[in-house]
Amino acid sequence: MTGTWTFVRVYLRRDRWMLLCWSVGVALLYWSQAISVDGLYTTQAEFDRAAASMEGNAGFVAMTGPARALNTIGGQVTWQSAAFGAIAAGLMSMFLVGRHTRAEEESGRDEMLRAAAVGRHATTIAAFVTALIANLLLGSLVALSLIAYPLELADSLALGVGVALCGAFFSGVALLAAQLTSTTRGMYGITGGVLGLAYALRAVGDVGNPVLSWLSPIGWYQAMHAFSGLRWWPALLLAAASAVAASAAYAVFLRRDYGSGVLAARPGPARASRSLASGVGLAWRLQRASVLGWTVGMLLGGVGYGTLGNDVDSLIGDSDVAMDMFAPSGGALVDAFYATMILTLALIGSGFAISSALRPHGEEEAGRLEGLLGTSLRRRDWLLGHVVVTVAATVLVLLVAGLGMGIGYALVTGEGSAVGDYVLPLLAHLPGVLVLSAVARLLYGLSSRATLLAWVGLLFSFLVMMFGELFRMPQWVQDISPFEHLALMPAQDFRWAPFLVLVAVGATLSLAGQVAFLRRDVH
Amino acid sequence: MADDAIIDVRGLVKTFGRHRALDGLDLSVSPGEIHGFLGPNGAGKSTTIRVLLGLLRKDDGEVRLLGGDPWHEAAELHRRLAYVPGEVNLWPGLTGGEIIDLLGRLRGGLNESRRKELLERFELDPTKKSRSYSKGNRQKVALVAALASDVELLLLDEPTSGLDPIMESVFQDYVDAFRDRGNTVLLSSHILAEVERLCDRVSIIRSGRCVESGTLGELRHLTRTSVMAELGSPPEGLAGMAGVHALQVDGNRAFFEVDTTELDHAVGALHRAGIVSLTSQPPTLEELFLRHYGDELKEEPEAP
Repeated sequence: MTGTWTFVRVYLRRDRWMLLCWSVGVALLYWSQAISVDGLYTTQAEFDRAAASMEGNAGFVAMTGPARALNTIGGQVTWQSAAFGAIAAGLMSMFLVGRHTRAEEESGRDEMLRAAAVGRHATTIAAFVTALIANLLLGSLVALSLIAYPLELADSLALGVGVALCGAFFSGVALLAAQLTSTTRGMYGITGGVLGLAYALRAVGDVGNPVLSWLSPIGWYQAMHAFSGLRWWPALLLAAASAVAASAAYAVFLRRDYGSGVLAARPGPARASRSLASGVGLAWRLQRASVLGWTVGMLLGGVGYGTLGNDVDSLIGDSDVAMDMFAPSGGALVDAFYATMILTLALIGSGFAISSALRPHGEEEAGRLEGLLGTSLRRRDWLLGHVVVTVAATVLVLLVAGLGMGIGYALVTGEGSAVGDYVLPLLAHLPGVLVLSAVARLLYGLSSRATLLAWVGLLFSFLVMMFGELFRMPQWVQDISPFEHLALMPAQDFRWAPFLVLVAVGATLSLAGQVAFLRRDVH
Repeated sequence: MADDAIIDVRGLVKTFGRHRALDGLDLSVSPGEIHGFLGPNGAGKSTTIRVLLGLLRKDDGEVRLLGGDPWHEAAELHRRLAYVPGEVNLWPGLTGGEIIDLLGRLRGGLNESRRKELLERFELDPTKKSRSYSKGNRQKVALVAALASDVELLLLDEPTSGLDPIMESVFQDYVDAFRDRGNTVLLSSHILAEVERLCDRVSIIRSGRCVESGTLGELRHLTRTSVMAELGSPPEGLAGMAGVHALQVDGNRAFFEVDTTELDHAVGALHRAGIVSLTSQPPTLEELFLRHYGDELKEEPEAP
């Protein structure tokens, strides 16, 4: 155990900002639900009506959790936040454990430390302890923020304890996964899979067979029934499961060789496929996994929003806040609501488009460009390959999000003809998304240092969408967001002029970036 | 300087902000030679190679590579050369075999039988994902891709720093064979034994300038031979002779170093005293190297 506490201190110091961001972010997730529910409904009668409508919506229940005491603020907070809070704590734990165990081992840094006067188990135990401390912090912030709101003490505490225990459980799972595979990517894959399974089991269980919810740690957390007849014993299940996962990880750790996992790394092809011989072929091969991940994610996101169906009227109430948020331009609330959801999906899709446009930057930073451009591959063609993949994949990602929304909507309402209704409304935002990614490309073309600025455009567009009307931002400020000029279908009719102008703007920015890249030094 | 030089660099200047990485560098590599490119860390070796590859844009001077302009004709010229960077970074999700094929195809094709032979000689498993390769194995991937390509010029930037001695000798065999087919190599290296073993000519650079260039034989003339002699009588005239350094006379025995150009005079003086036995050691490349860098060490404390 020699050195364990030293490592815990070092890890906490290295990760202090990251931990703070996750913890504050998750606490805000809970606390902001309380605020928004408080603001949305003006009378209890209205609240009751909304709650009744939510309870009957299977899609909503599947997304969040069992509907209990939805006409109270505490009930709403629990319902809307618990599942996502548990997932966030799980992700934080996964990254924390991964960073200090398998990633260190894979990079070889760990080898240097192990050769020093530290116990063989020190880094592994320290990573787990650090994750526990992080979850304790996260849980405390959740509990304290709700107590301060103020909501009932015991129930607020239960939400905090529960989310911390979920984090502890996924820390144990991550630690076990780190022993099983020999790559960080594989470890994240396994842990992410367990997270997804835990979420899916309780989704199916909450809608249909309750037994399935009892197979999921997230289900146990929700079974604590905070703010609706609190009971503590399911927390014991979580604690026990965490201990089992961590012990299993430890047992495997003792039996495996340093640097390897239990699951052997699979060999790959000895020869390259025919397609891997051009800029586009290489760019597609490098971005393939990310494109597929985003495609599935956006499809599911679309389905999630689509399953809200057509009874959004009663769902969101008709307070001024709701009207400001969802129907700033007036018009039917359902259409306005969907227009906002579609814009949200388009903005999330922009996240993909920007990260994809910055992939060349990642390649250059990792030092892989030097050897590649030492061949007869032209700079122009190398970058063009990435541009082609980014644009094509952006279209794909938006398209499936719209398709998913139509599928979700059709499933809930039974209107089979609605399946294709949301594809065009999402694609109507394509120029805005492409402009944001073209800005990223221009920044990269000019210099390999300023690329972080690319995310500012997305953040700004988000702020304009969320708060533009609410805080009455001046119109010229709102107009900087490209999305402000595009038609908010289905609430508004499609307009060609801004669509084409923004396509031209995006193409010009992208071209400028590509030309600038041809003229600068490559590192 | 010959018109048919494979690499012809004159007065090359490259600055990064206020730092002058290359400060009027000259370099000439003739067809069919293995040219050693030596210099301490930060001397500008990698920067020179990156300018030759058109990755960096020169600020001043003349650069010709294979008769063309490396910045404007990069892609065409790269068809005729292969480059192995000092630090080989590979795509973690691709296998070694895939990367060899990718690089080979982008250079305009691989020699299949040589690819197979190289994989065997270097004992490289092409089905492993490159994230699991060690530094040496990553270097082997880049070397196999380069050596299996049908090109006329190899640019190698410290290509063997991660290889074990057996693999290093495999590498040397292939570089020899490459030259014997009439091709040209620019080899930047710190391993002096490797340079002595392989190179026909060397250029030594320091602080972005070429300080010495020539065949190993020519360069040896620029440095000192150490001499140990047992004589019939105490030597006369050695002390104070031009080019003789660190003279120690112990009765009938003499130890000294002499500038290689003055060796004849010094041996004449010994001869007059009657030579009983004589051992002389030609300068090694290492001494050549240390002498140039030694200057730097001596100069530095005097700098303000």
